[in-house]
Amino acid sequence: MKNTKQYFSLFLGFIFMIITTFSFANTAAHKDAKHEESHNEGPIDTPEKINAYIKHHLQDAHSFVLYTDGKTGKHVGFDLPVILLDGGLHVFSAAKFHHGEAVVESNGSYYKLAHGKIYKTNKEGHLRMHGEHPSNFRPLDLSITKSVLGMLLTGLLMVIFFSALARSYKKGPIPTGLGRVLEPLVLYVRDEIARPNIGEKKYKKFMPYLLTVFFFIWILNLLGLTPLGFNVTGNIAVTLCLALFTFIIVQFSANKEYWGHIFWMPGVPVPMKIILAPIEVLGMFTKPFSLTIRLFANITAGHFVLMSLIALMITMKVAFGPVASTGMSLLLSTFIFVIELLVAFLQAFIFTMLSSLFIGMAVVDHDHH
Amino acid sequence: METLLNDFSPGLFVMQTVILLILILLMRKFAWKPILNSLQEREEGIESAINLAEQARKEIAELKSANENLLKEARVERDNIVKDAKETATKMVEDSKNNAKIEAEKVLASARHTIELEKAAAISELRLHVASLSIEIAEKIVRTELSSDDKQKALANKLAEDINLN
Repeated sequence: MKNTKQYFSLFLGFIFMIITTFSFANTAAHKDAKHEESHNEGPIDTPEKINAYIKHHLQDAHSFVLYTDGKTGKHVGFDLPVILLDGGLHVFSAAKFHHGEAVVESNGSYYKLAHGKIYKTNKEGHLRMHGEHPSNFRPLDLSITKSVLGMLLTGLLMVIFFSALARSYKKGPIPTGLGRVLEPLVLYVRDEIARPNIGEKKYKKFMPYLLTVFFFIWILNLLGLTPLGFNVTGNIAVTLCLALFTFIIVQFSANKEYWGHIFWMPGVPVPMKIILAPIEVLGMFTKPFSLTIRLFANITAGHFVLMSLIALMITMKVAFGPVASTGMSLLLSTFIFVIELLVAFLQAFIFTMLSSLFIGMAVVDHDHH
Repeated sequence: METLLNDFSPGLFVMQTVILLILILLMRKFAWKPILNSLQEREEGIESAINLAEQARKEIAELKSANENLLKEARVERDNIVKDAKETATKMVEDSKNNAKIEAEKVLASARHTIELEKAAAISELRLHVASLSIEIAEKIVRTELSSDDKQKALANKLAEDINLN
């Protein structure tokens, strides 16, 4: 199982690398100003516009756009509420931004949207560009963004589904309906992930966290594969938060032996102990870091590859004609989509698995010493 | 890396933390605890049911073997009884046969003895009878022989001749 995952990560990482290299090469040639315009002008039919579109998709957004009419620049969807914490609470609709075109005034402060981020500006909405990104102050953005909406939706689904499963046990020992699908998954997390990695005695305490994280990531990953266009687990903030939860749980549930193994490794000479301590301390932090990057990179790469393959329809039209390019795009994107379905599960599994492994390492009784 | 850092949204991080925390607590209370408890209860129920069945199976097997033992013992007992009975019967027949034989022999022996005695008595009686008869006959003959003088003379001669011859 682990090997398969690594091969997939490698494979996807490879494709991701190739595509990003090309895309950065492309974007480097085009300046940011033009970049911004491409969102709203005309149909998306050039490699640059496609790249911009994909990059835009991979980012969090303040409006939920299902479809954009390329000719008129009209967005079909709805705007989400913006909540800013900037010397007080600022709440307004993201519609006021007009997709980055307008400056919004709220309680005497001015804000502008650029590349999916909200910046504090002057009255004219001037952005001081610093390289690719504006260097204006960014207030703490607690908006109900697309990702937050996705998380709320996932949370709602989880509460509905699993409380239904919990209730179904009151009627009889064997659940009916949807519970029949969910129960084996719960059992899978308990028996294949938590029990073997944490140990029979201590696994129960961590079950709520592991189960929540597993289904949270999996449903969010699957949600990302729907045409709704969510990309929640492809946000580094989201994966970092998840990894930090694991990190904190590991540190707070760690026993004496765990700390002993980090700061004063038993069974090695004293000079080695001194050398090993900083390495082990570093190891403490690389674990959540790897969790963060793995999930983020896998999902981002998946979205990138899938969208790039769908875009083949347009980019290859000139070279192969509309029928061949559409067929090729359809075939390849279907193939990648099926892999992504697997990756969606796999990443949820890996995250939960590694979390329980790290917890297991922290709580294990070293009776062999 | 710069893009990655720029893409990092602290607001989203905060929202995610809050949502995840609430979700974990909600799910723990309303879903995971009841689900895991029910699963454990069910598993324990299944395990105890299996154990009970196993125990019952063992008990039945024990009962069966006990029954078989009992049956075996009974069979041995029966065989013994039959054997004893047979032996006794044979012995009794044998005994009675022997007794009868002895008795018969005794009877036979006494019969023989009686017969011997009777025979001896009969013989002696016959002897006596024959003796008296022969005396009578001898008397009659003598009387006839000696009924005339001639005959007395002839006899006397003959006796005399015998004596002479000797």
